[in-house]
Amino acid sequence: MSLFVDIEKDLGRFRLDVDFETDGAVLALLGSSGCGKSMTLKCIAGIEKPDAGKIVLNGRTLFDSEKRINLPPQKRKVGYLFQQYALFPNMTVYQNVYAGARGKPDADKRVRERLQSLHLSGLEDKHPSQLSGGQQQRVALARILVNEPEALLLDEPFSALDSFLRWELELELADTLSRFSGPVVFVSHSREEVYSLCEDVCVLSSGRSQGRHKVKTLFSRPHTRAACLLSGCKNITAIRDLGSGRLAAEDWGVELSTGRKSLAGYDGLGVKSRHLRIAEGPGENTFPCAVARLVEDERRYTVVLRTPGGAILNMTTDFSHGSPLSVGQTLFIHIDPSNFLMLTE
Amino acid sequence: MPGVLPGTLLEDKALDWFPLWNSLRIAGISTVIIFFVGIFAAYYIAKAPRAVKGVLDVILTLPLVLPPTVVGYLILRALGPKRLVGSWFLTVFGLKLTMTWWSAIFATVVVIFPLMYRTARGAFEAFDETLAYSGQTLGLSNSYIFWRIRMPYCRQGILAGTVLAFARALGEYGATSMVAGYTPGRTATISTTVYQLWRTNEDALAFKWVLLNVAISAVVLLAVNMLERRSHRQKA
Repeated sequence: MSLFVDIEKDLGRFRLDVDFETDGAVLALLGSSGCGKSMTLKCIAGIEKPDAGKIVLNGRTLFDSEKRINLPPQKRKVGYLFQQYALFPNMTVYQNVYAGARGKPDADKRVRERLQSLHLSGLEDKHPSQLSGGQQQRVALARILVNEPEALLLDEPFSALDSFLRWELELELADTLSRFSGPVVFVSHSREEVYSLCEDVCVLSSGRSQGRHKVKTLFSRPHTRAACLLSGCKNITAIRDLGSGRLAAEDWGVELSTGRKSLAGYDGLGVKSRHLRIAEGPGENTFPCAVARLVEDERRYTVVLRTPGGAILNMTTDFSHGSPLSVGQTLFIHIDPSNFLMLTE
Repeated sequence: MPGVLPGTLLEDKALDWFPLWNSLRIAGISTVIIFFVGIFAAYYIAKAPRAVKGVLDVILTLPLVLPPTVVGYLILRALGPKRLVGSWFLTVFGLKLTMTWWSAIFATVVVIFPLMYRTARGAFEAFDETLAYSGQTLGLSNSYIFWRIRMPYCRQGILAGTVLAFARALGEYGATSMVAGYTPGRTATISTTVYQLWRTNEDALAFKWVLLNVAISAVVLLAVNMLERRSHRQKA
């Protein structure tokens, strides 16, 4: 039960260079819009052809540029859930799902059982245009699952839905995925979805993949600038090594002491917004900032700070720190070195 | 009857319906041929690389903008009994390709091809390709995808193109008259009959045919409009 992908493709603006392997765990392919995630899925499904590389699913070679193997999509047994679901508009729900079961024994029974397990009974004669977004997604899933694919590819399945619908559908999808035994690749640019539905994650930045990590590990301690941004942390600065573990945070305009022996190989530093503290006065790893904006949310503030270097820092805090803050006020901000995220490009 | 040109009017003054029947069968057969040829050309050319597509588009649309007499001339050059293709058919099959009622089909097919081709191209280009991709990943054959998913989706546009091609086929004059000639009762069409009747000052009869042609064309165009409006509503 494994999917091995190692492909390259020239996409004009950048080069796709993706390399990962996954077994039964749900793997997220996480990256900002336009970084090549959908193209990767299309290459795995056989809809697009990589320039070079190899794709192997459960021991079957789907694509191998050296051996000149390139199976058509029909033969790959890879299920693909498109962003807009791709339901056939001229067919009913039943006919759509039946299209996935054609040629299988007891096709009618399989279709009806699958519709029932996805809570779609009663909708068999409706056309896709008469269904809600959530129902359409479930029909598309039913059609794929009844086809009995060996792997599942999901292309941003919730992007076409309103956020208040997503919660329930996420739970249902999590349930469906847990019962699917093959490799699953889940493309997303939303960290919330990835956090709740996936165990492993592979970050894609400008077409290049950055290895496979556990979701919790990547989000708590990202190692690259792209991973840091995708984990929701926007407080990132370029750094210059000053020796003996000290560095100049160039965008923030301050000097910090990391306590490490060496900073070789790192070119950036990140700090999560909840790790910034308000200090009484100047000190080690403490520097003054001006409050630029206060953004109130239901249970916490986001304080937008302007650093001496001019760049912005976002700090989240609840209401318990004491005296109220005001725009223009100068605060001393302290960061504990244990919360430094050392980053490479 | 002395003074009356042969074939223009029978003695009992009943309308000779041959031109109607001839025009309809020529238009009908041509449309059926072009339905398949136009659709397949549109389908395969839509997938061609951009440069090839551009060149082919120009060549295949030419009959639409060339004068029908130019088209007729070119066809005669190829199929005439003394020319390359024509003489080969004459010697091998004893078949003369021009001046028969079905010669008009060659001319009509060439003239109506661009209409079907461009309409079908437009319909195919508006097709959501992810539907085809999705079908492929589900293991459906390419021919199932073409006939059961792509064609139904493009149905309105293709039907409108077919009806338009039929209307144009019915109204063909220039190329047809050159390639098939005017032989009353054998190769006469509505359009060549009207011309002939006008030439011989048979105004009343000419006018009857004109009205008939206008009526048929109006009905056909009404059908095109209805189909195109339904197609727009479906896409909305």
